[in-house]
Amino acid sequence: MNLAGILVAASAAAMCGSVAFAAEIAPTDVKFEDYAVNASLTGVAGNAEEGAKVFADRKLGNCLACHENKAMPKQLFQGNVGPSLDGVADRWSPAQLRAIVSDSKKVFGPETVMPGFYSLEVGINVRKDLVGKTVLSAQQVEDVVAYLATLKE
Amino acid sequence: MVSSSVVSAYADPVDDKLVIDGQEMITRAPAPEGHPFKEVLSGWLFREPETRELEADSFQNSGMLYVERGQEIWNTVEGSKGKSCASCHNDAAESMKGISAHYPKWDADAKRPINIELQIDKCRTQNMGAEAYKFDAPEQKALTTFIKYQSLGAPVKLDLKQGEMQSWWDRGKKEYYTRTGQLNLACASCHEASMGKHIRADHLSQGQANGFPTYRLKQADMVSLHNRLRGCIRDTRAEMPKPFSDELMALEVYVTWRGTGLSVETPAVRQ
Ligand code: HEC
Ligand code: HEC
Ligand code: HEC
Repeated sequence: MNLAGILVAASAAAMCGSVAFAAEIAPTDVKFEDYAVNASLTGVAGNAEEGAKVFADRKLGNCLACHENKAMPKQLFQGNVGPSLDGVADRWSPAQLRAIVSDSKKVFGPETVMPGFYSLEVGINVRKDLVGKTVLSAQQVEDVVAYLATLKE
Repeated sequence: MVSSSVVSAYADPVDDKLVIDGQEMITRAPAPEGHPFKEVLSGWLFREPETRELEADSFQNSGMLYVERGQEIWNTVEGSKGKSCASCHNDAAESMKGISAHYPKWDADAKRPINIELQIDKCRTQNMGAEAYKFDAPEQKALTTFIKYQSLGAPVKLDLKQGEMQSWWDRGKKEYYTRTGQLNLACASCHEASMGKHIRADHLSQGQANGFPTYRLKQADMVSLHNRLRGCIRDTRAEMPKPFSDELMALEVYVTWRGTGLSVETPAVRQ
């Protein structure tokens, strides 16, 4: 898909979002300041329990594909493409975690392997039914951030 | 067993020798100039011991059934001209020996690189009066496996000076580093930057092409190279390119070159 296509799709998605959820910040409007996103993406507090589900679900976050997490001992096959997330809340604030999950490239640079979960800066030839869509919804990002904030050592 | 897979430490490729029917395979080779790695490594070195053993034992390797099936097809007359492959090429053990270590090859008629699958189709349509195979038809996989098996052990080496092979290599290289799909990953994200690490249960190899078609335990079937490449691209949540498209042929040229010096391992066994 070309850049113009991505931009059109992005603004269409942003418009839909603003109709459905007045307080939701569109993926293209997320403000990164000093490697952090300070404002909640939805204005609704994240739910850590829901976040844990999104984190483990292979069709949603699938975070365990690349990260180990000792807090989920029942989940088999935890990958190690990225660092272990044990104690991650001791290393990063919730605002920083929100930035990492939304668009890791804004924190780690364009070369990082970690996908952006609330970003429309994606690769070429996106599967047709996913064009203009983010991997996670704004609320799912908030939920995952709330879950990550519980990972203290 | 459970606890070890939960916390999977960085796992190096094993230090082991692959010997098939008394012949030692080259599973580590010095990388050609311009390669990002110093050493190229066969995917075999990254697999579990049981999987490695299956490949080392021709009696247990289910891929050998496809070699046998390929041999039958080789000797079967088909098409309007009343010929089999053997009518022209006789004994494949002699006529096809070592040949597929040098594919993809420049095809002056088609003015593009072709792989073994496309060479088979060329002979079927032009020399036998038969139809080209459909992509991944069981006969295509069996015959390709049979022909590649005649090069078992031969080191992969492409001739990039033929025709326009170099510009196809250039294009393939560009594709290798281009991120695709909603997950925004390139081949290099997984097989270069994360080589040796685990993504879920999978130990990431260098993504080498020298074992194809490979017998995959997960599918209990032979898997062609273009099927595998399409699968990897699909996993980035991208649209898949068509089999034998320019896009995939360029990628095949480049990826095959990345395995220069490794033995042809067909039929390799993978998880
Ligand atoms: C395809 C691989 C991949 C996936 C999937 C992935 N990550 Fe990451 N993640 C990485 C990599 C690689 C890094 C290291 C960043 C770097 O240096 O480039 C990282 C870093 C992080 C960090 C910073 C860790 C630290 O201690 O510095 C957090 C937090 C994180 N990821 C959370 C997540 C969450 C939550 C998900 C799922 C919603 C996720 N990741 C999915 C690859 C991945
Ligand atoms: C009527 C004769 C004829 C038949 C039948 C035939 N071929 Fe060929 N084949 C040729 C000729 C001639 C060439 C050399 C053409 C060339 O190099 O462009 C060739 C080349 C090849 C090559 C490439 C060899 C190399 O050095 O790169 C392969 C592989 C091959 N054939 C396989 C097959 C298979 C498999 C079949 C049956 C499905 C088959 N051929 C049937 C005549 C035939
Ligand atoms: C999301 C991660 C990921 C991406 C991106 C990816 N692959 Fe793979 N690939 C895998 C996994 C996992 C396997 C199976 C384990 C292994 O051999 O590394 C694999 C296997 C392969 C194999 C088979 C290796 C063997 O020894 O049998 C080839 C060839 C390959 N990949 C090529 C590519 C190419 C070319 C691209 C880019 C178009 C690509 N891959 C993109 C994850 C990926």
